[in-house]
Amino acid sequence: MTSERFLSTPAQSTSDRAADIAAADNFLVVDHLSVRFPTHDGLVQAVTDLSFSVKRGETLGIVGESGSGKSVSSMAVLGLHDAKSTRLEGSIRVGGQEVVGADESTLRKLRGKEVAMIFQDPLTALHPFYSVGRQIAEAYRIHHKVSKGEARKRAIEMLDRVGIPQAKNRVDDFPHQFSGGMRQRAMIAMSLVNDPKLLIADEPTTALDVTVQAQILDLLQDLQREFNSAIIMITHDLGVIAELADEVLVMYGGRAVETGATKQILTHPEMPYTWGLLSSVPEVSADEDARLIPIPGNPPSLLNPPSGCPFNPRCTHKDKVPGDLCVTTLPELLPARVGPSHRRRCHLPDPEVIYLTEVLPEIAPDLIDPTTGEPIAALQEIAAASEAEANADSRGDQR
Amino acid sequence: MLGYIVRRLLSAGLVVTLTSMIVFALFFLGPDNPAQPLCDINGKCTPERLALLTEQLGLNDTVYHQYWIWLQGLFVGREISFGPIYQCSAPCLGISYSTRNEVTAELLDKFPATLSLAIGGSLIYLLVGVFLGTMAARVRGTLADRGLVTMSLIVSSIPYYVLAILAWIYLSLEWQIFPDTTYHPLTDGIGAWAYGLLLPWLVLGLAQSTAYARYTRGQMVETLGEDYIRTATAKGVAKRKVIFQHALRAAIVPVITIFGLDFAFLLAGTVVTEEIFDIDGIGQWGIRALRAPVDFPVVAATVLIGAVIIVIANIIVDILYSFIDPRVRVS
Repeated sequence: MTSERFLSTPAQSTSDRAADIAAADNFLVVDHLSVRFPTHDGLVQAVTDLSFSVKRGETLGIVGESGSGKSVSSMAVLGLHDAKSTRLEGSIRVGGQEVVGADESTLRKLRGKEVAMIFQDPLTALHPFYSVGRQIAEAYRIHHKVSKGEARKRAIEMLDRVGIPQAKNRVDDFPHQFSGGMRQRAMIAMSLVNDPKLLIADEPTTALDVTVQAQILDLLQDLQREFNSAIIMITHDLGVIAELADEVLVMYGGRAVETGATKQILTHPEMPYTWGLLSSVPEVSADEDARLIPIPGNPPSLLNPPSGCPFNPRCTHKDKVPGDLCVTTLPELLPARVGPSHRRRCHLPDPEVIYLTEVLPEIAPDLIDPTTGEPIAALQEIAAASEAEANADSRGDQR
Repeated sequence: MLGYIVRRLLSAGLVVTLTSMIVFALFFLGPDNPAQPLCDINGKCTPERLALLTEQLGLNDTVYHQYWIWLQGLFVGREISFGPIYQCSAPCLGISYSTRNEVTAELLDKFPATLSLAIGGSLIYLLVGVFLGTMAARVRGTLADRGLVTMSLIVSSIPYYVLAILAWIYLSLEWQIFPDTTYHPLTDGIGAWAYGLLLPWLVLGLAQSTAYARYTRGQMVETLGEDYIRTATAKGVAKRKVIFQHALRAAIVPVITIFGLDFAFLLAGTVVTEEIFDIDGIGQWGIRALRAPVDFPVVAATVLIGAVIIVIANIIVDILYSFIDPRVRVS
């Protein structure tokens, strides 16, 4: 609806119109986005030259370790960064509406209505002094002119919708009276109360039990089907990605390093960092003596990013690149040879071969057909089967 | 909730009882004969008179007996004789040595002045302090914020009595803006009451507000960094509402604690303010009683009433807490 309204604005130039037509398809278009924070020590380059888009009804998974710029870029979509202490460049269009540089009142109309956010830890993300129902009703009343009573009814409806038993009796409870899973459900109810067209879930299951995680993910999928909303799922859990995402964006050091259809990325990754992510996923069905292979080294400094490829100091394959290209030149985000939407940022001349011959046998030896040397099952299954341990692992990592 | 209040009142009673024992011990077991100041009051103190007064005041009995008599006086009243016989009705806190009035009656006479001063002053410092602190947190890091913090530090580093005396000299004496600064009871009309107290309210309130501003600012800055503040912004709540509703609600809790105790201290007597602005309240009364010859019953009464007020303030703050923060809601 929003995009139609913007399409009909006569003052727009043709190129804007073209962009808007694209936006009508892609609800969210992030274009060459950079987010920088000036600090006493220098400029923190949290996100650099990031572009991606999401269509309604689709789920984009953004993966990467802490500090890779996942959350920072999604917060920029809602204009949540303090304008005074943040330098934003590029463009973010939500249903055709430009967010970068937009004023408070424009942003406020987007927040919660067009784009809603689910935060990682519902205990700290919900106000401890206000009842759950009141917080949901507040979100509704900001964007709808209704009485308190009506908003309350709507809050009960939403709590019921996300599976809170006896919603009517629980609506006046405070967040601390809810269990972790119920709190996250309440958080989801609050985000969905205005039927947002885009839902950004920032590690929505990280703080939850494994069994509850699965329920929450199922719930999100159901609701997406019902409301046809776009979802951005920010996570460092490949299991979640495998289960939910249509497209994946792998971020490293504030940049997109690999992107494409989920199945393609999980089965034919072409960027050593993605390989590292896959190697460090534990697998329930693996041999007892199978080892997790951690990525050596530490995440890059965002103050003084390494020259060339941001991943080069940790990359175990850079000796296969002729010269010192990895250290001197930033690889472009180029299309891979297979998979139409698959793009990766890597200098390796034939990463798909290296993956199949060197990486895959090491991380999943039982998945290689000994006669053909081809993988016999989608790596997706590895990630999905080991979701439980991956989550436990990522939770520890999060602390 | 009711059970909680009863429990708190019981423990408060214990605290007050202990305090009264300590006060009793301090004054009645001190190095001097407590009858000495009484003997000194009316001119020459002969050893015979001292002996007589000591006997009359019951100071020759055991300490336990004396405390028992004193305690009895609190609940049923008692007779006190030193020279003439005084009927001291319950709650009896004794007879003032200097004025020969019932201490309880004097206390009730002085209390409204102190209460009036405390209410006005504390309201000003709470409102001004919390408002300034919130604004400073809102614009934190800017010149306005730094200016406010610096101003607050300067004001609070000037000794309070200097500020008060300067205010009195210039605003009251010199420029005659508040010429009639003193305590008028409310029965004289609310205008006279408020006008007479306006200057002490302002001085007390503004001087103290700097501390509240800094404290509130600190709490606000911390609260504004909380996840639930980001959540509120993310759902489209206007910035002003985020700050004055969502954030302030949480930031105010520790401020309330301090406020409760500060208010209790004010009620127990603000000596400097009362002295400078000629307000005949608990503070002046207590100080006067401490000057030799010491008016023991009055001193004991001021300490005891101070303890009672602080204990009650604590209970009120705790009950308030449970209204502000649902997580400490008591059963």
